[in-house]
Amino acid sequence: MSNDDLFRQLKFRDPARARALAEALRHNMDAIGREVSVMHVCGSHEQAIARFGLRAVLPPGLELIMGPGCPVCVTDGPEVDEAVALAMQGVRVCTYGDMLRLPGTARSLADAQADGGKVEVVYSISQAVELAQAHPEEQVVFLASGFETTAVATAAVALASPPPNFSILSVHKYVPAAMEIVAASKETHIEGYVAAGHAAIITGWAIFEPFAARTGAPVVVAGFEPLDILAALVKLTELIREGRPEVANVYPRCVTKEGNLPAQRSLWRAFRTVTGRWRGIADVPGGNLELVPELAALDARKRFRIDTAGVRDAAAEEEAKGCICGRIMLGLATPEHCALFGTTCVPESPVGACMVSSEGQCRIWHTYGGVPDLRKVG
Amino acid sequence: MDSKVQQKIGLKHGSGGRAMRQLIEDVFLSLASPVDGIGLSALDDGAAIRVGDRWLVITTDSHVVHPIFFPGGDIGRISVSGTVNDLAMMGATEPVGLTCAVIIEEGFPRADLERVVASMRETAKEAGAPFVTGDTKVMGKGQVDGLVLNTTGVALADRVVSDAGLRAGDLLVVTGSIGDHGMAVMARRHDLRLEGDLRSDVAPINGLVRAALAAGGEDVVAMKDPTRGGVAGVLHEMAAKGGVGIVVDEPSLPINDEVRAAGEMIGIDPLLVANEGKAVIGVRARSADKVLAALRAHPLGARATVFARAIAERPGAVILDTGFGKRMLAEPEGELLPRIC
Repeated sequence: MSNDDLFRQLKFRDPARARALAEALRHNMDAIGREVSVMHVCGSHEQAIARFGLRAVLPPGLELIMGPGCPVCVTDGPEVDEAVALAMQGVRVCTYGDMLRLPGTARSLADAQADGGKVEVVYSISQAVELAQAHPEEQVVFLASGFETTAVATAAVALASPPPNFSILSVHKYVPAAMEIVAASKETHIEGYVAAGHAAIITGWAIFEPFAARTGAPVVVAGFEPLDILAALVKLTELIREGRPEVANVYPRCVTKEGNLPAQRSLWRAFRTVTGRWRGIADVPGGNLELVPELAALDARKRFRIDTAGVRDAAAEEEAKGCICGRIMLGLATPEHCALFGTTCVPESPVGACMVSSEGQCRIWHTYGGVPDLRKVG
Repeated sequence: MDSKVQQKIGLKHGSGGRAMRQLIEDVFLSLASPVDGIGLSALDDGAAIRVGDRWLVITTDSHVVHPIFFPGGDIGRISVSGTVNDLAMMGATEPVGLTCAVIIEEGFPRADLERVVASMRETAKEAGAPFVTGDTKVMGKGQVDGLVLNTTGVALADRVVSDAGLRAGDLLVVTGSIGDHGMAVMARRHDLRLEGDLRSDVAPINGLVRAALAAGGEDVVAMKDPTRGGVAGVLHEMAAKGGVGIVVDEPSLPINDEVRAAGEMIGIDPLLVANEGKAVIGVRARSADKVLAALRAHPLGARATVFARAIAERPGAVILDTGFGKRMLAEPEGELLPRIC
């Protein structure tokens, strides 16, 4: 990216417009006249909210909660174990940086690397393919994590006849399925959702319409500038105020109703949704993306006998240490409810998954100093 | 945070953040003895010992930097500026002597050494600070990394300024754009190939500080130079030692476009990045305009700005007003690493 591109982005950072949006938000909340909880499901949204201190300008009574929006955090311990087992049996395992330190039930990929396992951090799946081409005598497995956005890149590679010594260990997750889990929860009372703009670039905004109609909770698709998020909250509270469980898009500069159709075609030619366990949450129906049977030859789970015998329940162990990542990902708690946050659990020695990934809520709050109530300070 | 320092020293223990403070408190503070003035236990930029009706100010600093030559400066210029600036931060703007101890790795190019020393000579002249003694050691290949410079500075002052003097209502001035040094070095170290002109700000600023002290007198109540740990580190120290909260007005911070762009790209906040030619100065509000005018009249202070204020609430906390909202400004913790994806 050139500096010019960056400067063009910076023009979105207009505090005067932010104040006007905050005022409109206050007006909507006054009209609603009661407390409202809304949720966003994206680590990048949380980054922007925390970095720009947006919670300090929310009107009293409006609670903005982060849901299961970090793909690294929701990758389950046994999924990491599979990759660790492959690395220890001599397969070269490539993955994105954040996955390295994510704990499995016994150890992380970083631990496996220290123990002599072949683990490589790559910036993209294409780099993993290049490694496979450069080492035809080795088996190279790409541990594919992330939501729809990154799954599209995985799909493109899977459909492009990668080298025979290359395969994919998919731990991809599908966001709409997680929203269903939250909506079905009896403990949360989420009245509206801010949906992630980058996922919606692919899926389009219309995909949320059945969800909004069924749950009665409006959904607003938003970008990642502070003004995008404030605009989404204004729109969301307007829909809540008017009792309209509809889908709105405040990110029209990138997101269309139908989305990126060629990308969707690739995604669904390569993957199908299956039920999968999300760390600290539950078995999520339709929550995991598995390679379709036609691509079984590329599926590392089918190519290798992955022995993860003796795996334990990582989430239960983290919980035993006092970790509440599961409750945080479900929107039932925030990092400040956790006794470990910022004391025994810090980015250098994380206890739970939310402190590992730069998309995790604990890590984000830690980076930006936590978010105590600053509405009345100074 | 850990109550005990871990068993082995890591890079984070030298990064100017929380881990380093913890190490110093746990290990080195045992060296402190009571002095008439500001001693080791104050963990200030230097010491000030009463001698008659004046103050003897002493500071020492070791310098390592990768690469040794970088856009805008080199290790030699840093070694003089760092020590002269630490003296100035105590209110001692007229150094009477500098020492220099050099540790050289076997195989280090002589031409590079001469270039570094020439830079030290020029910077010392600029600062009006004479070198008076020194020491040279050579170590085997691999036993030390290239070149390590240690400089000590001595000065006399009529009045000392600590970093603990803030009280509610005081304003904080930064003498110019922030983040230039750290971002220039990081861009060079990681070969970021950024467009634009990223240059270190390394410079001796004792003359600039002298102008501020002359204009503000007793109303200049706290000073610190934001080297490792950056402006964020300085603010945390000033807030904790002064027992005040500090609210930073982020939009008013002078940050060069190149630094801002590089920071966005690699995911590092310019507030956490080292500066080598800047000061954060706490001033009683009534004298802020006078101090600001004096700073701006100096060539190194043209972009001096009031960027924060001390408040009585939330003692020890640093709050960032982003222009959109407010959040806590985290204390720097360990080594700064650019994000990898």
